[in-house]
Amino acid sequence: MIPELGHFALWLALGVALVQGVLPLWGAARGRADFMALARPSAYALFVLVSLASACLLASFVRSDFSVLYVASNSNTQLPLPYQIAGFWGGHEGSLLLWVQMLVLWMVAVALFSRHLPQAVQARILAVMGLVSVGFLLFMLLTSNPFDRLFPAPPDGRDLNPLLQDPGMVFHPPTLYMGYVGFCVAFAFAIAALIGGNLDATWARWTRPWTTVAWMFLTVGIAMGSSWAYYELGWGGWWFWDPVENASFMPWLLGTALIHSLAVTEKRGSFKNWTVLLAILAFSFSLLGTFLVRSGVLSSVHAFATDPRRGLFILAFLTVVIGSSFTLFAWRAPTVGLGARFALLSKETTLLANNVLLMVAAGAVLLGTLYPLILDALGLGKISVGPPYFDTVFLPLMAPTIFLMGIGPMARWKETALPDLAQRLKWALGVAVLAAIGTGWLAGSIHLLATCGLLMAYWIICSVATDFWERVAPQGKGFAELRRKTGQLPRALVGMMVAHLGVAAFCLGVTLVKTYEVESDVKMNVGDSTTVRGYRFAFKGVQQIQGPNYDATRATIEISRDGSRITELSPEKRVYRVQQNPMTEAAIHPGLTGDLYVSMGEEVEGGAWIIRVYVKPFIDWIWGGCLMMAFGGLLAVTDRRYRRKAAASAQSANLLAQGATP
Amino acid sequence: MKYLRYTLPLAIFLGLVWFLFQGLFLDPKEVPSPLINKPAPAFALEQLDQPGASIKRDDMLGKVWLLNVFASWCVACREEHPLLVQFSRMKLVPIYGLNYKDERAAGMKWLASFGNPYEASLFDHDGRVGIDYGVYGVPESFLIDAKGVIRYKQIGPFTPEAIQTKLIPLVQQLQKEAGHV
Repeated sequence: MIPELGHFALWLALGVALVQGVLPLWGAARGRADFMALARPSAYALFVLVSLASACLLASFVRSDFSVLYVASNSNTQLPLPYQIAGFWGGHEGSLLLWVQMLVLWMVAVALFSRHLPQAVQARILAVMGLVSVGFLLFMLLTSNPFDRLFPAPPDGRDLNPLLQDPGMVFHPPTLYMGYVGFCVAFAFAIAALIGGNLDATWARWTRPWTTVAWMFLTVGIAMGSSWAYYELGWGGWWFWDPVENASFMPWLLGTALIHSLAVTEKRGSFKNWTVLLAILAFSFSLLGTFLVRSGVLSSVHAFATDPRRGLFILAFLTVVIGSSFTLFAWRAPTVGLGARFALLSKETTLLANNVLLMVAAGAVLLGTLYPLILDALGLGKISVGPPYFDTVFLPLMAPTIFLMGIGPMARWKETALPDLAQRLKWALGVAVLAAIGTGWLAGSIHLLATCGLLMAYWIICSVATDFWERVAPQGKGFAELRRKTGQLPRALVGMMVAHLGVAAFCLGVTLVKTYEVESDVKMNVGDSTTVRGYRFAFKGVQQIQGPNYDATRATIEISRDGSRITELSPEKRVYRVQQNPMTEAAIHPGLTGDLYVSMGEEVEGGAWIIRVYVKPFIDWIWGGCLMMAFGGLLAVTDRRYRRKAAASAQSANLLAQGATP
Repeated sequence: MKYLRYTLPLAIFLGLVWFLFQGLFLDPKEVPSPLINKPAPAFALEQLDQPGASIKRDDMLGKVWLLNVFASWCVACREEHPLLVQFSRMKLVPIYGLNYKDERAAGMKWLASFGNPYEASLFDHDGRVGIDYGVYGVPESFLIDAKGVIRYKQIGPFTPEAIQTKLIPLVQQLQKEAGHV
């Protein structure tokens, strides 16, 4: 009964979404307030219905109802409860439901927090989001119903893919989807503005916080996925340029460009066409990513089962959504004014260059991802494009981007003088160069590529420090003035600085790990030990243990340095009982200056094991950097001007409510 | 000219759609199996329902036959199974099952409840033979000719189209070839 209820709720949701997608749009075109007023209640109704469907699917998982095909394929009675819940998004159908769930969550947030917008704008935004959900609901109901029954019901389920049985699975997909789908809001705002012809600074001001929040979730989601790959796959890698990773990275690059472009549009009224194009692109790439993952056109560790009908449907949907958006863009954009003029050297120029670079980077990732497909389609053979391509293309694009990251915040709007800028930044550059070389010298070896990477990181740090100092430098009154000025810095500005420092931390992590990591695969008998980078790894023994739904061989490895014990690690080799595939569970001793990473390879003759011992200096800075970027975003959206606005609109809503009740 | 610039994104996107559309009809997983046109790996396995009675690869020489990998724990096999039962009634080619990493009782019960399309089922309890054949997902099927050479591999369940357009013509061709020898 529960699955049927969920299925029914989805059909009802489709009906509501159709109403929400069509009538308010019509009403906005004809100026009919009654039709426009439908937008908000139908958004609420859609949210309730989709949430009901999700609750039904969740209930089917928790009750281990294997008469539901999707549950039977992704769960098992032995599976621990958190993973039964995560089984919800363990496969294609449930991932789609999660997608729609996130979409309606954003929709309801827009409905709640956009009361201060003109009614026609609200109606258009919610209608566009409604139309997007029509597409996804149809996709789910026609090709991928999560509530399909399986008769006769099998006695037990096939289990969740053991690779996914990890705490990462509980948090990573919802966070990532929250970000992915969140770009739909910026998209809806852009389409609404193109239709309504009100593409202006106010539009940019409304769009900005939404975009930043979506970007924050996407940043954290990608970082979580990457750290999960690092400890779960057991190879010590953290990014593989897998098509599905790329599918989330491309919207991130475009979203980053969008955030910067929106700043210009809001402050100076320029770049409107750029901004609107980026808003369309960021969401288009989210959709494209969904297509790449769901259709099976690319082979990837993440790809779900292939069904050509699904691919065809989502390609058609993609064509309609993106095609009509670009058509609208081609029709409306030429009439949009250019905004304030600016000189060749100005803050605007640096941000424009940043837009172009990030867009080219996204294009390069797209090319690398689709190149095998394109060659195959042209009958030129099957090839794969791997990390060498991406690494080669990425560094030359990121180097100038990061150089601009130092200059942009220091440059003035409209026009800035080169000698002045050079004067202000010369110390930053000098210190950065010295620090980069100094770090290499301290580490014991100087490499060209590593020095470039370090230079980028230190350049960001030094330029942010310079920028900060210029803003708070006391003029005579000493420490008290410094504190006062620091306190007065707008939170959005501090957010930008923190996010940029996050990029620096990320660069440091990547560079140091790539250059100075040590990976050693050694054959060890019980009692043997090996020394890597001064750390002594002693193999104490193996024991068999039983987990809730797996059997494992657990090794005990004691790590010491200069005779003093640091820690004991217990990597495991697990065999999950249902699907019978072996999984490697690495054990990690994390640290601010580096991780000690141990994982088990194969057992060789006579009880000896191949043990992988890695020392990964500063690797946690990679994810720490991502968290800093996201935290910067959080600071920016909690800036006083947004809080003040929210308070004001809450107050006016209260007044309205009081006025309505006699 | 001014409008042309703004239609550029649309034009690029439509080009992309063409490639994506083409891509839908290509299968990235259809990496030609290294075993195609190679002699089928040797095996000697007990039959599922008759412990003690074993079948070897060389017993099969001289006829075209289909090896279908299945398991009672495999949900996709259930989807494929009715098709195989139906296909076996056409008596075009003998089908042998490879019961992969399964328990004997579970496998036999499964065949009893869903129908048995197989001449005989080989019991590959530890999955060694499956590994030799490069099985990485169940179901998979191999069409093997009279000389013991693998000529076709179906990855994942058979679909009615795959049986009609690929399997049947190839079976007929191989049987003709065998007749000439």
